[in-house]
Amino acid sequence: MKTGIGFWATAIALAMTSAVRAGNITGTVKLTGTPPPEKVITPLIEDATCGKLVKGKPTTQFYVVGPNQELADVVVMLKGISGKSTGASAPPAELDQVGCIYTPSILAIQTGQKLIVKNSDPVLHNVSTVPTKNPPDNKAQLPGGPDLTFTFAKPENFLKFKCDVHPWMFAWVTVVDHPWFAVTDKNGKFTIKDVPPGKYTITALHRKAAPEGVDKEIEVKDGDVTVDFTLEVK
Amino acid sequence: MNRLPTNRWLHGFAVLTALATFVLLGAGGLVTSKGVGMAVPDWPNTYGYNMFLFPVSQWIGGIFYEHSHRLIGAGVGLLTAVLAAWLWTRETTGRSRWLGIGGIALTLVLMSARLMPVYLALATGAVVVIVLTLRRFVKRPDELRWLGLTALAAVILQGVLGGLRVVWIQDELGIVHATLAQLFFVLVCVLALFTSRWWRETVNRSAAEPEDAKPVAQRPFSPEPARLTTHKLALAVTLLILGQLILGATMRHQHAGLAIPDFPLAYGRLWPAMDAESVARYNQQRIEVLAHNPITAFQIALQMAHRLVALAILVGVAAVAWRAKRFGRGDGDRVGAVLRRLAWGWLSLIVAQVALGAWTIWSNKAADVATAHVLVGALSLVAGALWCVIGLRCRGWAAEAAWCGALKFPHRQSGFAGERSAGMISGVAG
Repeated sequence: MKTGIGFWATAIALAMTSAVRAGNITGTVKLTGTPPPEKVITPLIEDATCGKLVKGKPTTQFYVVGPNQELADVVVMLKGISGKSTGASAPPAELDQVGCIYTPSILAIQTGQKLIVKNSDPVLHNVSTVPTKNPPDNKAQLPGGPDLTFTFAKPENFLKFKCDVHPWMFAWVTVVDHPWFAVTDKNGKFTIKDVPPGKYTITALHRKAAPEGVDKEIEVKDGDVTVDFTLEVK
Repeated sequence: MNRLPTNRWLHGFAVLTALATFVLLGAGGLVTSKGVGMAVPDWPNTYGYNMFLFPVSQWIGGIFYEHSHRLIGAGVGLLTAVLAAWLWTRETTGRSRWLGIGGIALTLVLMSARLMPVYLALATGAVVVIVLTLRRFVKRPDELRWLGLTALAAVILQGVLGGLRVVWIQDELGIVHATLAQLFFVLVCVLALFTSRWWRETVNRSAAEPEDAKPVAQRPFSPEPARLTTHKLALAVTLLILGQLILGATMRHQHAGLAIPDFPLAYGRLWPAMDAESVARYNQQRIEVLAHNPITAFQIALQMAHRLVALAILVGVAAVAWRAKRFGRGDGDRVGAVLRRLAWGWLSLIVAQVALGAWTIWSNKAADVATAHVLVGALSLVAGALWCVIGLRCRGWAAEAAWCGALKFPHRQSGFAGERSAGMISGVAG
């Protein structure tokens, strides 16, 4: 009888724990202050080959700000967690080269996760990485050539990808040692799914507005947690 | 003393090599200015091709600049090899001649092997050769073949450094590559000077013969301390220019664009704030079209140092020109007259260089302007080096181990002690 009570008590406790395990963190990131104006990518327009692949006047995309100051391309992630990467089993992330511009220009992946770099252009590119903690790499990618695959063992923020054939092409990949991160969309919104319960520091990183990150303390209990950020341009 | 007659073709070839090196400097400067140093990921091949067979149709974007730089570099390497072989052939006979020519030919064959271990071995050997041949040349300054071998070893080392910078992806090697490029340019210009008739028949001879036996025009300068001070000042400023070029190369190989976007002020102030908050603010306001790194306080400090050293150089060269304004005014001192004109030419280059530096900032580091800044910097270094070589009679470094002996014995007797000593030794050698 006692054994039966103990079994059921344990089962109920586990069920309760698992019920509060899957919390989602959602929120919006906004920008205050006036960002500097973006610049027209003149070398792209003037390039004999790439210039034919673009329409209008493409500009830099450092501050992608919505009508209500919502800020896109912000990496939001839990801070201070290491060794929890599921990158080896995660589906590969993708970075494409379209019209001699990296798409997306801001990306986040896990350590050990494959990053597939595609070349959708009818133009040769080289894909060069400029990391601070991982080994650098530089690979050629012919038009129509096979995809390139990169993986990074160490976490680091804003690891630069660039093309030296077309030196206006660059993207920034943040490598995280766990799966709890997201990048804000054009509405400045993000969702980090399946966060275990607990107290965390969450940080919002923006290439320009907050390269070192803006931190907040949160607690994930049962259900969703909402946390908003406001980054400042001084 | 080696009394081989001057050979105008040899001199012309040395000048051609110097000109080609100048073009190579420009090509290399453009590669860095445009940020395309890694546009060709492999080396010594180019996208898997033998670099001489890489299809022209694929010379696109940054590849054009990087690949052109490699080809011009190969051309300068070949010119230097011919120059070294020419100097060797000219000054040797019999078995020694064929050994030297064979060694140079073997080096070229090894260079064409396109194998990394071979290149690493050649680069290591080049360092040894540079040290040995320079020592030999200092002892026997009339034997230009040693300097020719120094140049050949230097160009090989330079080529391998450039390649390793690409395949090892090391920015630091880029700084060494840029610095060695400047020194190599000085070396070939000095070779061009040493093979000239003017040098052999005026400066060289005047240092080699007893003063009483020389025509007035070939006597050394007045030995008064004031003139010697000018020579010392020129040497100090030339070394400062070399330091400035290394500073500049370090700035350029940070790949961060302009660390300070305004001039003559710096972020609107005489001295910019460099605390973390200020640097973060600067970076927030920077919108880079090219793939530049964020700037750091160190880079801002580097640029401020570059500006201050530029000011010191301007003042220093102006002082040299001012002090040299009486050189060659009397007594048929042709060398002095050349030095006077060279000093004013040098000052003109420095003024142009300062203007180009300002323009580089105002143009937001436009590639052509920044490259012109590199080139005029190289010319400034060469002008200073040639001024020192001529002014201090560095050819007279035959004065045993006393390089530019005048620096060590400024007040002995009535002339340059170094020159006297050099003359005696050269006389014995001759």
